[in-house]
Parts: sequence; structure tokens; C-alpha cells
Amino acid sequence: MDIHEYQAKTLLAGFGMPIARGGIAYSPEQAAYRAKELGGEKWVVKAQIHSGARGKAGGIKVCATENEVMEAANTLLGRRLVTTQTGPRGKLVGRLYIEEATNIAREIYLAFVLDRASERIVCVASSSGGMDIEEIAATDPGAIVRVPIEPAVGMQDFQAREIAFALGLGAAQLAEAVKALKACYRAFRDLDATMVEVNPLVVTVDGRIIALDAKMGFDDNALFRRPQISELRDKSQEDSREMNAADRGLSYVGLDGNIGCIINGAGLAMATMDEIKHVGGEPANFLDIGGGASPERVAKAFSLVLSDEGVDAILVNIFAGINRCDWVAEGVIQAMQKLTVPVPVVVRLSGTNVELGRQILAASNVDLITADTLAEAAEKAVAAAKFHQSVKAEAGERPR
Amino acid sequence: MSIFLDEKTPVIVQGYTGRIGSFHAQEMIDYGTNVVGGVTPGKGGVHHLERPVFNTVKDAVRATAAEASVVFVPPPFAADAIMEAADAGIRFCVCVTDGIPAQDMMRVKRYMRRYRRDERMTLTGPNCAGTISPGKAMMGIMPGHIYRQGNVGLIGRSGTLGYEAASQMKAMEIGISTSVGIGGDPINGSAFRDHLERFEQDPDTHLVVMIGEIGGPQEAEAAAYVRDHMTKPVLAYIAGLTAPRGRTMGHAGAIVTSAGESAAEKVEILRAAGVGIVPRPSAFGSAVAEALAGL
Repeated sequence: MDIHEYQAKTLLAGFGMPIARGGIAYSPEQAAYRAKELGGEKWVVKAQIHSGARGKAGGIKVCATENEVMEAANTLLGRRLVTTQTGPRGKLVGRLYIEEATNIAREIYLAFVLDRASERIVCVASSSGGMDIEEIAATDPGAIVRVPIEPAVGMQDFQAREIAFALGLGAAQLAEAVKALKACYRAFRDLDATMVEVNPLVVTVDGRIIALDAKMGFDDNALFRRPQISELRDKSQEDSREMNAADRGLSYVGLDGNIGCIINGAGLAMATMDEIKHVGGEPANFLDIGGGASPERVAKAFSLVLSDEGVDAILVNIFAGINRCDWVAEGVIQAMQKLTVPVPVVVRLSGTNVELGRQILAASNVDLITADTLAEAAEKAVAAAKFHQSVKAEAGERPR
Repeated sequence: MSIFLDEKTPVIVQGYTGRIGSFHAQEMIDYGTNVVGGVTPGKGGVHHLERPVFNTVKDAVRATAAEASVVFVPPPFAADAIMEAADAGIRFCVCVTDGIPAQDMMRVKRYMRRYRRDERMTLTGPNCAGTISPGKAMMGIMPGHIYRQGNVGLIGRSGTLGYEAASQMKAMEIGISTSVGIGGDPINGSAFRDHLERFEQDPDTHLVVMIGEIGGPQEAEAAAYVRDHMTKPVLAYIAGLTAPRGRTMGHAGAIVTSAGESAAEKVEILRAAGVGIVPRPSAFGSAVAEALAGL
């Protein structure tokens, strides 16, 4: 789960990370009022969306008057901001963070990640802040400091000092830097984060250390014990189809192809998509309906896949392990009878009671194409999608 | 022979009396697994599925000499159950539970390092379908009938894709010595590399098939091990060629976040290490048949 910049900053500040003063605004009037409350001569209006690279996309505006703040807020609110990370649809700007401007002397990159190779939380830092870490890794890999944290004892002061010195921070900032580093680590550990990124962490002209931007991601599997994090969820930032799927216990990822996929198990789902690609097709989605594949789940899966208008055919591939193919076959038939499925459907069943399942499919009066092997299923789905596309094209050309 | 598990291995079930634990314990018993009892804290002393229930894993090990454990404990309590098994002297543990927090697994792995390597429990999973030595015994949730007994070792991160591979092989009358599910989470109890080592030492395994997927460093580590230490042929398939970067594909661990973690990159790394590549998921059976014919 991802959260907004201002939420991440508030959390980090709670662990001792210094941040600039700021406030949230949902309307241009609130934005101007926030600026007045904060005082000073310069403010930064920051669009709150779940994405980095907001600056280059015009989502961050520096303003010198309250009027400018109001205007900036007016332009940003309600707009879909497209960044290099959001995809072409962009993300809705529903709230703004108004922050006092900071006089920056230098920028540092700081992150904590869960490193799968060492199975530890690792601090990743670089003295060249402001860029994303991939950019730094490509241009100056030597500038990246990586320090793994021993889970039994947590981050030690000496480690924080070593990182601070490696980043070129002097004695004047040392105590502040150690505090900032340990704040990030503790927030990561205590809140079950998967990522904490402060980019940039800045040294101000007057020598203070401040988290100027912050990003946090959380382990969905740990949300049961982090209700305070669950509360920060902003559903407007999530893909509505993926969110609908997740709320129904299905795992869905939308893609650009035209063959809808309904599969049980993540590995088999990815493999089926690979097979589609191998025979010249493009999958429209990843969809894992879980091991059970009950009729209700199959029905939900159909409506989910069909909500993507680009789908020209659906491939159902179910491996019945602990359940049975005859039961899955009944589920598929029930789902197809209940819903109007306007595209061809290819069904491939395997596993327990496969013969019975195939008989049930063959005997039904529902219009579907059956396949016995994975290769056959993928080939038939690709052919069916092509056929459906050509029918659509013809229908489109016919004079009304 | 087989690795980790055969018809004699005494197995206990943690989360034995729960709905899911009971169902799968019965399936395991029906398959021929030597299930000697189970653990549910607070229910010690009663019998369930005609076998004794214990309060602690240590009680169960003392009374039954159990060597292996399968964990069906819900996610918030599963890490604790795994550590309890490790501390009670269990040698081989299958954790089926899906949804354990990643930092819990980080702590489990750190905790297990307190035991000497030769005394340390082998953990498979979490979020795995289990381990089966076909014709002998099964620990987990897989349908036993799709596996044929034979001499191919199978290691996979995914449940149903492993079933697909096993049934393609069975259709071609190719059998399996042991199939090990290592699970789809970001931090696994054990990796491809660990099980390749066991299969290399098992005289009845002639060839090993790895089923990997996007995300994590495991396949690359396995490639280096194959290149430096394996004499037996290894085949691999990596799922997720069409998976977009930065998106989680169902399994918590199936996400490409850094260089070398995509399917295409892993395939190249494995190929360069001398691992045979199964070109598409419909070709498990034919690729294994071809490799076996060349032995």
C-alpha cells in the first residue's frame, strides 16, 4: 500500500525526522489560508498523488504570494497529473500540500528498502540527491552507499555516522543526520514498511537537515496489525478495476492486450500469459482467482475482465487441485448463463475429475470453445480474438 | 529415493484441528503420509483424526519422534509457529500459509541462524503448495494423483504451475522423485540453490526442473550454483515474460524492482550458466522427455 507525501512526512516526523512546516488543502481557498497561516514569503504547492517525478510533470509550484498559491491550487486540484510513473491516464489530484519554501544548500538521496538477497533492511544513500536511484546507479554507481541493518539489534549509531560521513556531511550536521537516519529506520521497522524514500533529504543554507520529499510503501500482509496505516489509504489513487478485484479477493493487473485471462494461481496465470504471447497474442490482464475457483469467484472474474472494453476473447485456464473440474465447469456455465458475455470464451480445465468437467462443458448449451492443452487453449484464444476483431470491424463499417 | 520426505518420515501438523489443517491432514493421511499427530495450543490431550493433539511442538516431538512439520497456522501467528518448530528440533518444515508479513520472515530467518548449519531446520515456503515424494508421502495441499513416481526432481515457486508441469510429465509417463514448493513470497525459507544441492546428492534424481518467476535474486543464485557445482542436468522455466515492471503479479514476491529480476534477464542468466531453458509453459513435458533421452 502506498501513501501520500504529506502522510509519509507526518509519520517520519513522529519518529524524529525534521520536516518543513506545511498543511493540507482540499480547495484553493484552503490553500491560500494555509499559506497565510504558515507565514513567510514563499510557499510550495505540491500535488498529492501516489507517484514520484511530480515536479517535472508540473505538480509542484513555487509561489510568492497568497494569490499565486490560490491560482496554483486552482490549476492543480481536480486535474489528472501524468508523470513518468503514472501511465497515460495519470492520477487525480484531490489534495495539495502547502509547505514553507526551503533554501537548499545541497540535496541527498536516502532510502531504506527490504533487500531480498540479504533478507535485511538495507539503507541506500547517495550524495547526489534529487535524481532517482536508477539514474544515480547508471551515471555514478560508486556514489551509492549500501548499509545492511542487522535485524536482531537494529540500526546502530556507528552505522548512521558512517553513512553520514560517506555522504559528505560534516560535524555540524552529524547529530541531526544520525537522528534522521534512525527515524527512517524505526519508521520502516515499526510500521511494517517495504520502502522509505527521502529524496531529496536536504541541507538548508542555514545548516539544518530536512526531508523535503518523502515516499513510503507498506507491506499489505502486515496491515492487519497497522490500522493507523490502513486509515491512510486513498482509494482515488488506485486503479478502480484492481481495487474492485482486491476487495473481492482476486488479484488483477490490467495490461494493454486484448485476450482476457481468468486463471487460478499466480504462476499459472503468468505462464498462461506467456503462452498467449508465444502464439502471437497479447494478454489484456493478469487475473489470479485463487486456488478455490468457486462459481461465485468465476462469475466475479468474468465481470471484472469484461469491464475492460479492449477484450476480444477470454481464456479461462483452471487447474483443479484440491477442488474438482466438474465443479469448476458448473461454475463457468453458471457464470456465463447469468452474464452476457459478448466475446468468445475458451475454457481449458485440467487436474482432478478433468474428464467429467469436459463432459459437462461439452453437454452444456452455453457457447464456449474448449481446449485440452495449454498450447491449444492459447492458440484458440488468439484465433477467437482475431475473429471477434474482424467481426467488430465489419460491423463498424456497415452503413446504418 | 527422494529428498526430505518418504513414507516413513514422521510428520506433525501445526494448526491441526482448524478447518483447513484438518482437511489437508486427512488428504495427507489418505495419500500415505506418516502423520503422527498435530499441535494446537490449548487442545493438547485430545485425539483428532485418530491421532494425538499436543500443546507444543516440543511435546509432539518428545511423544512421537516427529521429524517434519507442516504449518497451517494463520498469517499473524505463522512466523511464531515456524520458530517453534525450529526450536523443537524439527528437521523439515513446510509452511503453506499465505500472507505472512515480510518482516516476520526476516526475523524467522535471523532466528534460525542461531542453530548450527547441520542442526538447522530446512524451511520451505511460506506461501507454497508443499512437498511430495510421489507414491510415498505428501506434505501440503497438492493433488497427489497428478504426480507419477520417477527420477526427475522438481523445484518451484508456484503451486498450480507446478501442477501443470507435473501433469504434463505424467501424461508422457515421466515421473518425479520429489517435488519441492519453495513459495511465492519475497523472503523464502529456502531457495532453489538449497534444493539443487539436495537433488545433486540424491542418487535417484537424474535431472532437475526449476520453475521460477519474476522478482528476487533466487534464480540467478541458482544459476551460479548449477554452473559451479551441478553434474546433473537442470532445466528451467521462468514465468512472467509479459509482466510489467514494478507491479506485483499475485505472489507477493513476483515483482520486478531491480536489474536482473525480469523473466527475460533470468532466462539469459540461467542459459549462460548451462541450464536448459523450457521455452514455453506448454513444453515442460516435451523438454524434460528430450533431456532424459539424452542422458
